[in-house]
Amino acid sequence: MNYSIVDPAPGSAGVLDILRPKWRGFLARLRHGRKQAGARTALLLLLGGGFWTAVFGVSYRVLKYFKGVEEIGPLLAGKLLAVGLLSFAAILLLSNLVTALSTFFLAKDLDMLVAAPVDWIWFYLAKLGETLVHSSWMVALMVVPILTAYGVVFGGGPLFPLVALATLLPFFLLPTVVGSVITLLLVNIFPARRARDLLSLVALSVMAGLVLFLRLVQPEQLARPEGYRSLLDFIAALRAPSHPLLPSEWASSALMNWLLHIRDPLPLLLLWSTAGAFIVIGASFHRRLYMPGFTKSQEGANGATGSGRWHSRLRWLLAWLPVTRREFVLKDLKVFFRDATQWSQLILLATLLIVYVFNIRALPLYTGERVPYVVVTLVVFLNQGLGGFVLSAIAARFIFPSLSLEGRQLWLLRSSPLDLRAMLWSKYWVGTLPLLALALGIGIVTNRMLHAPPFMMLLSTITTVCYTLAVGALALGMGVLFPQFDSENAAQIPTSFGGLVFMMAAVSLLALIIVIEAVPVAQQLRAWQAGAQTGFPASLLLAMAAVGIVCALATILPLRLGLRRLAALEA
Amino acid sequence: MIELTDLTKRYGRFTAVDGITLTIPRGELYGLLGPNGAGKTTTMRMIAGILQPTAGSIRVAGIDLRSDPMAAKSKLGFIPDRPFVYDKLTGGEFLRFVAGLYGQDGAAIERRGDELLELFELLPWKNELTESYSHGMRQKLIISSALLHRPEVIVVDEPMVGLDPKSARLLKDLLREFAARGGTVLMSTHTLEIAEAMCDRIAIVQHGRIVAAGTMDELRSQTSAGDATLEELFLKLTGGLSQWELSELFDR
Repeated sequence: MNYSIVDPAPGSAGVLDILRPKWRGFLARLRHGRKQAGARTALLLLLGGGFWTAVFGVSYRVLKYFKGVEEIGPLLAGKLLAVGLLSFAAILLLSNLVTALSTFFLAKDLDMLVAAPVDWIWFYLAKLGETLVHSSWMVALMVVPILTAYGVVFGGGPLFPLVALATLLPFFLLPTVVGSVITLLLVNIFPARRARDLLSLVALSVMAGLVLFLRLVQPEQLARPEGYRSLLDFIAALRAPSHPLLPSEWASSALMNWLLHIRDPLPLLLLWSTAGAFIVIGASFHRRLYMPGFTKSQEGANGATGSGRWHSRLRWLLAWLPVTRREFVLKDLKVFFRDATQWSQLILLATLLIVYVFNIRALPLYTGERVPYVVVTLVVFLNQGLGGFVLSAIAARFIFPSLSLEGRQLWLLRSSPLDLRAMLWSKYWVGTLPLLALALGIGIVTNRMLHAPPFMMLLSTITTVCYTLAVGALALGMGVLFPQFDSENAAQIPTSFGGLVFMMAAVSLLALIIVIEAVPVAQQLRAWQAGAQTGFPASLLLAMAAVGIVCALATILPLRLGLRRLAALEA
Repeated sequence: MIELTDLTKRYGRFTAVDGITLTIPRGELYGLLGPNGAGKTTTMRMIAGILQPTAGSIRVAGIDLRSDPMAAKSKLGFIPDRPFVYDKLTGGEFLRFVAGLYGQDGAAIERRGDELLELFELLPWKNELTESYSHGMRQKLIISSALLHRPEVIVVDEPMVGLDPKSARLLKDLLREFAARGGTVLMSTHTLEIAEAMCDRIAIVQHGRIVAAGTMDELRSQTSAGDATLEELFLKLTGGLSQWELSELFDR
């Protein structure tokens, strides 16, 4: 790469040349995908359309309500937009940190690009663009229905999409530049592969902190104006930006100015000038630090392997297993805990669980008054539903990718006399047992907080065990049926088509269980509230048997299908 | 012993391997040569049980791979062309895991692992994660893992890629010694000098078919090539750019 200050040599590659293989590849994948799986594309479009419609619907209703509130309606809408954009900015910054490491330092095309006579500024801009697209597309898709609702409710007119585009482009660019500069600095201090572990940890810890912070500051208080001393105080709180130097405030002001017909180009000017300045600063950092950083990123990482004593204890604990299963379990555990990109997400998970338990505890159910049985039923089922959904999400993240992660090593597993059942068995229990412990833990703690009656506690525990065993099998089976062998990042695998199908299947199973249990449980709760003796009536036993059969089928069928698919799988 | 009968592999309408029939007896080191995309790797991956044939049969050490894959695979050691191992395992742990796949554990297998690591000068790296290994070190680790369970048949795809001269020499000696002790080796390589020096018999594959097979002398007589080298035979059988065509390429 030419790092001199002279103009690029005639004929040298520009930004579009560097990015051409990417977008051509993308178009080819689209064409291939269209030929290969029309039903898959249709399902994705349907789900995407459904999601957009839902987001638009909720945003529309909320904004319509805000608009109807005299004096403070538009202020509330503006505040909501600012808070939303601030959350998006935080997500974008984290996303850019991780993406920039891949695009600038770990991508497969870097050797070729660095060796080619590509001028540094084109290289920087091309990679910045690539980082921008990869890190921001999901947020961009999320923003579309929200801003559409703003445009519709506040009469943005036909030019509003252009204003939104002009606002969002610099808004997305800023975290991209900041993220890539932070990554550049980190890579110059740590080798890239270490930096990835570090970044994942930093990013997730920040995210976890943010989630906890948002929960603990109780944002729902903002929605209760009666908590303020006067209307003027409330309006003042709404008017005040959370910080005048935050780009999310500029972006929301730019959009609201257009919607409220306020002629003030300053927010837009601030956004564009800051984005421009940041790109210049980012480019100067890149020019000075990229080559040393890239060189450093080629160094191998000497990761820690943990304590030998811990390993031998684990080996001793698993000594009762047949050798192949034992070695598989040990291998899966070591690989999982040594890869920070895998286990660091447990931090986020733990935070979400704390927030969940905190929310259950904060429910105003037992404040002295007698609670109607409908509320208790609703809350108990909501708890079961939410707990089930959390379990499905965890299974999607940790069990669903487990076969895909074997992708590059499949040659070894297929060429050895490995009993495929032993592999599935190991992956099933390594994933499902911790999930079961977690599920029972959450279920028991939250049910105690909800003062659930003993029969409900028992029913919930049995249901949780059945559902967890089934959801673990579903995740593993679907992971085998829809493998993603090319993916190097485990966190991306659940977002694939197969991951989506698994989530739909898991949620459908959950809904079916709740439907089966709903009527007998409601009757039982009503009797309990009325002070009747509550045993285990036939209807409840029947429901539990039905749940058991459904869950057994949902456990056995995916594992059998997975085993058959695994036997036919070619590496 | 390896026996392939009418082995065929099709991907849709494309035929990668087209009815290969081949017998490699015990004690023989057999070379599989051919241009890129000829079907060598596909053939080897089918023998290793990684790909399933569209038609035909494979017997490894006298055991039919389709009817008794576990028994057939336990007799086989496969060394792929690309050394993918678990990055987050150490070299020692990787060998222990592979031994586990073959149902072996205990002190004897640990000792054998250490001996193999020492042979390939990997013992000082035994407790380092393989993510810090070079390409050649990973290749040597995979070779060690293929020899760990004392196979009867070794299938090795491009064995010398990434190896330093000393390790390459060691591997050559190992494979020859393995064959001399009654083992069967099927090896693919693009380094024709190595094939000529090491292999008892050679097959040249093109478009998924064996176009010539036999000892060097048999290949020469099949192609009426006098005392041609393997390189000359190979180019004659598979086609290659003449000196004139190469000059044209640079003059354009």
